Amino acid sequence: MNSKHSKDLARLDRRDLSWYMDRLVQAVMFVGGISAIIFIVGIFVFISKEGFSFLFDGFSFTEFFGSINWRPTSENNKTFGALALIVGTASITGMAMLIAIPFSLGAAIYIGEFATGKTRESLKVLVELLAAIPSVVWGFIGLTIMNGVIIQLFNVPVGLNVLNAGVILGLMAAPIMTTIAEDALKAVPDKYREAAEAMGATKWQVIRQVVLPAAKNGLVSAVLLGIGRGFGETMAVLMASGHSINIPGSVFDSVRALTATIAAELGETAVGSDHYGALFTLGIFLFLITFLINLTADLVVRGIKRS
Amino acid sequence: MRTKLNLLSLLVLTLALSACSRDGGSRTVIENKGSDTLVNVAQAWAEAYQTVEPTVGIAVTGGGSGTGIAALMNDTVDIANASRQIKDSERETLMANGHNPVEFVVGYDALAIFLHPSNPIDQISLEQLKAIYGDGGEIESWSQLGISVPGCDSDEIVRVSRQNNSGTYAYFREAVLDESDFKLGSRDMHGSKDVVDLVMNTPCAIGYSGLAYASDEVKMPCVISSAEGGCVAPSVETAVDGTYPIARPLFMYTADQPEGAVATYINWILSDIGQCIVLEKGYAPSSTPTCPAPAM
Repeated sequence: MNSKHSKDLARLDRRDLSWYMDRLVQAVMFVGGISAIIFIVGIFVFISKEGFSFLFDGFSFTEFFGSINWRPTSENNKTFGALALIVGTASITGMAMLIAIPFSLGAAIYIGEFATGKTRESLKVLVELLAAIPSVVWGFIGLTIMNGVIIQLFNVPVGLNVLNAGVILGLMAAPIMTTIAEDALKAVPDKYREAAEAMGATKWQVIRQVVLPAAKNGLVSAVLLGIGRGFGETMAVLMASGHSINIPGSVFDSVRALTATIAAELGETAVGSDHYGALFTLGIFLFLITFLINLTADLVVRGIKRS
Repeated sequence: MRTKLNLLSLLVLTLALSACSRDGGSRTVIENKGSDTLVNVAQAWAEAYQTVEPTVGIAVTGGGSGTGIAALMNDTVDIANASRQIKDSERETLMANGHNPVEFVVGYDALAIFLHPSNPIDQISLEQLKAIYGDGGEIESWSQLGISVPGCDSDEIVRVSRQNNSGTYAYFREAVLDESDFKLGSRDMHGSKDVVDLVMNTPCAIGYSGLAYASDEVKMPCVISSAEGGCVAPSVETAVDGTYPIARPLFMYTADQPEGAVATYINWILSDIGQCIVLEKGYAPSSTPTCPAPAM
């Protein structure tokens, strides 16, 4: 009996091709699963290593965060004040959110709550198509079309400014925000809606008083991910913002973003110089900000903030 | 037999040039990278050289003077193009790597000042330019220059500049600002062509770039240098004879004294044929070549 049992087991424990295949796939999937962690740690170590020489040597906290004088190639007095770049990035992202939040939430509510059947499916595909437009194409639209439009419409000296970059970035961030917000709305159980409707609520009352509060966390994280996208976007911002070191007084002022500065200057910087280290310090700063934003979004979507 | 001989000679040639050969095949490739100002003329040279020496291919890329010299340090190019002289720090890095960089002046470029066509200014002095672009300069509006620009209601001077590591930027700082800093808040474009495009579409704008990038859509005022009284218009002739105050030499650098195909190529560039191509592309030649049909 006992020997028969172990014989049965041995028969089952065949190390044939399928078994090896199974093992192999498991290993590949494991590497795939942890690769994101490996990459993120690797990237952080790399940018920190490159930035540290500057951080410990030429870095001055008050100058970096308190001065707008970004003159990394000056002949007499090199200064590395990133304040204008930080304000530039923040203002463009803020402008972008002013545009993207109403658009994306409106689109998500329409797709999730009103549209049905074919309309709904085709809208979803179209929104995802919008996300597939390369950022350099957006930048080109900003540089050539929007520039002239803004000059004409508002009678301002130059059309490459916060408004231009913000509109472009808003349109770029809207699709991903729409998709996440729509997922959040979809996650609200139908019985909530049915219960509200049974009590005589109109469609708008259901959305405003039942669905939106229930989906709040998902919607907030959609916005946060949009902000993260805004902070990290480079090419379109470089082309549409005017790339000018300036604390903006209005949406018609040109600004310069952190990402655009790195993109424009890193290619011609001598490896190991202060300028090189300063650009990597900007990179560390950007990395930390986007990391924090994404982490917050993740915590919010898990609902930890509620308790 | 003849084919065999051809093959043999090709083989010998390849071996002789193997120092510069990157693919090891029958074709020698010279890697040439650097200044965006020089990139057009470098491409024209590369194309023309195909008819002279079909076995030598020349790969030209832009990216900026600094990029080219950085690539020379990393041993990834044979010739670096630069619209500014090599910096001492760059030369030292090259020396530290066991090289001895060699400089060739392959032409001259006049830095033109660009204005919107509706701008009434016909002449501008270096002092005015310094007050417009330089840190601490007091000229912020067109009315301070005594004019009003049609279409520019805000009166603000929109300064168009280049990113802070371009050779054009460095030369403008050297020649116009006397090595002092730029005023913050200029629109720093990422290429000479972008400067022209932005100025062309913006009535309030002023910009600068190599003369070769000029188009009919922008206006170029003549420039008064503080030393002499006259106002000199930017042109190939005034750059050659040295009367135009902001003209600069254009360089090619090799890591060491060039040999083989690279040496032949540079000699060809400095010859009359090569220098006539410089002239054709809107730059000033480094010598005074006799060109068959003057293009300008």
